[in-house]
Amino acid sequence: MSPAAEPARATASAEDRFEYVLRLGDTSLIAAQRLGALLGHGPALEEDLAIGNIALDLLGQARLLLALAGRIEGRGRDEDALAFLRDAGQFRNMALAEQPDGDFAETIVRQCLLDAWQLETYESLAGSRDRELADIAEKAVKECRYHWRFSAGWLVRLGDGTTESHTRVRAALEKLWRFTDELLSADALDARMAVSGIGPAPALIRERWETRVSAALAEAKLERPAQRHYPWHGKRGVHTEHLGHLLAEMQFLPRAYPGVSW
Amino acid sequence: MYTQALDAPQTPSAPTDEDERLERFQARIDADEKIEPKDWMPEAYRQTLIRQIAQHAHSEIVGMLPEGNWITRAPSLRRKAVLIAKVQDEGGHGMYLYSAAETLGVARGELVAQLLIGRAKYSSIFNYPTLTWADIGTIGWLVDGAAIMNQIPLCRCSYGPYARAMVRICKEESFHQRQGYELMLTLARGSAEQRAMAQDALNRWWWPSLMMFGPSDTDSVHTAQSMRWKIKRFTNDELRQRFIDATVPQAEYLGLTVPDPELRFDAAAGHYVHGPIDWSEFHAVLKGDGPCNRERLAARRSAHEAGRWVREAAAAYAEKHAGSARAAQAG
Amino acid sequence: MNEDWMLYEVFIRSRSGLEHKHVGSLHAADARMALEHARDTYTRRQEGVSIWVVRSSEILASDPADAEALFEPARDKVYRHPTFYAIPEEVKNL
Repeated sequence: MSPAAEPARATASAEDRFEYVLRLGDTSLIAAQRLGALLGHGPALEEDLAIGNIALDLLGQARLLLALAGRIEGRGRDEDALAFLRDAGQFRNMALAEQPDGDFAETIVRQCLLDAWQLETYESLAGSRDRELADIAEKAVKECRYHWRFSAGWLVRLGDGTTESHTRVRAALEKLWRFTDELLSADALDARMAVSGIGPAPALIRERWETRVSAALAEAKLERPAQRHYPWHGKRGVHTEHLGHLLAEMQFLPRAYPGVSW
Repeated sequence: MYTQALDAPQTPSAPTDEDERLERFQARIDADEKIEPKDWMPEAYRQTLIRQIAQHAHSEIVGMLPEGNWITRAPSLRRKAVLIAKVQDEGGHGMYLYSAAETLGVARGELVAQLLIGRAKYSSIFNYPTLTWADIGTIGWLVDGAAIMNQIPLCRCSYGPYARAMVRICKEESFHQRQGYELMLTLARGSAEQRAMAQDALNRWWWPSLMMFGPSDTDSVHTAQSMRWKIKRFTNDELRQRFIDATVPQAEYLGLTVPDPELRFDAAAGHYVHGPIDWSEFHAVLKGDGPCNRERLAARRSAHEAGRWVREAAAAYAEKHAGSARAAQAG
Repeated sequence: MNEDWMLYEVFIRSRSGLEHKHVGSLHAADARMALEHARDTYTRRQEGVSIWVVRSSEILASDPADAEALFEPARDKVYRHPTFYAIPEEVKNL
């Protein structure tokens, strides 16, 4: 459904807003969960510190967004209820975020593609008609700017470093590129959010993401992989097998000891 | 600006000269003057410091592992954030300490290599496993509590860079112990299962925490000289006693039982008296036969090995673009 | 192949109006990375508003052995200090 096909509405439905905020919040949460696991295992001590900071930023975004989603939903679910007591099918994160860390190249490529999307999305969302979302976006955009600086910097170093690093980063790019389809292909919800003035215009995000990523790829001496149609989108609850395992680990304690506080 | 590059070792001089230098050096220490990197110092002082600072740095780095083990399983988003921040701090502290050690003329790479081949020591406490979430609270409360006892006097250590690193570390660590105790408090006030989890963690960590202060003074080989050099300010037993005196009431407040049947308060002395420490366990863990020695070293080695191509790539890129990267920053 | 990064010294301005102060060192492959590492390592608690990094090998330091020659000659120049001059108490604003 294209944005033009729908009449402009002053407000989006609570269901739409809930779903949309989950897309943002879950993406940050799952990315933070992945990065948090790397702490203490990075290629240099300094990189552990950097990755720790990024994980903390993402987790902070997730907490604000999930709390907001809980308020929109109005059923008394807080950030932890949403994070720990939903099953994979109810998660709305971009599938890219849940992809595992094979080697540092995969971590960097995943973060890079995601950082560019988050940066452009939050930059637009800072002007959202939803005041609460705009406030969160305004804070997040500063963080994302740094994340992009970090991941794009590494993309270039790996791409233009040694033969081995180039080979590895190219393989990671080939492996993860299909998940970018989801970032850039607006579905009906994305379109409705844009029309209601809450979400960004999908075409704008796509264009800016393309510009940003293409420039980084060029500097990294990497060729852009061919885009293939990949319609299994995490943002609609269709995930890869990895998310189930990630959640099994993440949610273990609250599931094993229900109803207590930690 | 204390670098190994700037810190070429001094050429040895005639014996009489050496005696006089030693005397002057000791006089500076006695007058509570700080020793700075380029100052003359006895080789043994330098070596003692390198050993101690490196050991301390390694402990921070290896110490990231047992707690990092629970980052993915932290039971609330708030706890997850706290734990990431704490583990990250430990990495930072390792960096500050390696940085201090490098002022003594040894490269970080050398120190890390010694750790990876198993020749360097680190605090034995990190060779114990974190089996439940309560272990994360207990580490913050007991292990960081013991570390703080050890570290506060080091802020006045005679070697300037080490003392400054310790000031920074102590300032940052103040939240570590508190979050641990808060976590324990939540468990202690929680369900029966949570209380049992807390007690079990205390049972497992109590004695290893007491061992963190090192062997008893009567068996400690380095204490006397280190105290004369003001690298060490209190003996192992003094610090251990302080720790016990501070911690036992905290355990009581949690409603937990310290796993020492002989523990009693000596009102006349104003101190707790504890039962005998099993030093054979301490020495076994130190020698490599603790529950996780192999796993900890394996994890460090694997991070180092897996990261090599990354470090090489960055170095190669920098080499290719020498000049342009700097120019980009100059504006 | 070389995997050792260079040593950089880090200076932080804690807030505007104050000078940059040496806080420690770190390893980085290039200058940009050094700045980012400095930010990630030394400003985790809002310790700074500005960072300088400089290659450690590019710092020239005075030798403690020269300390007497360098710094002692200033010791007897007491006339550089205001307290050297006796002014009657009745005279104000000096």
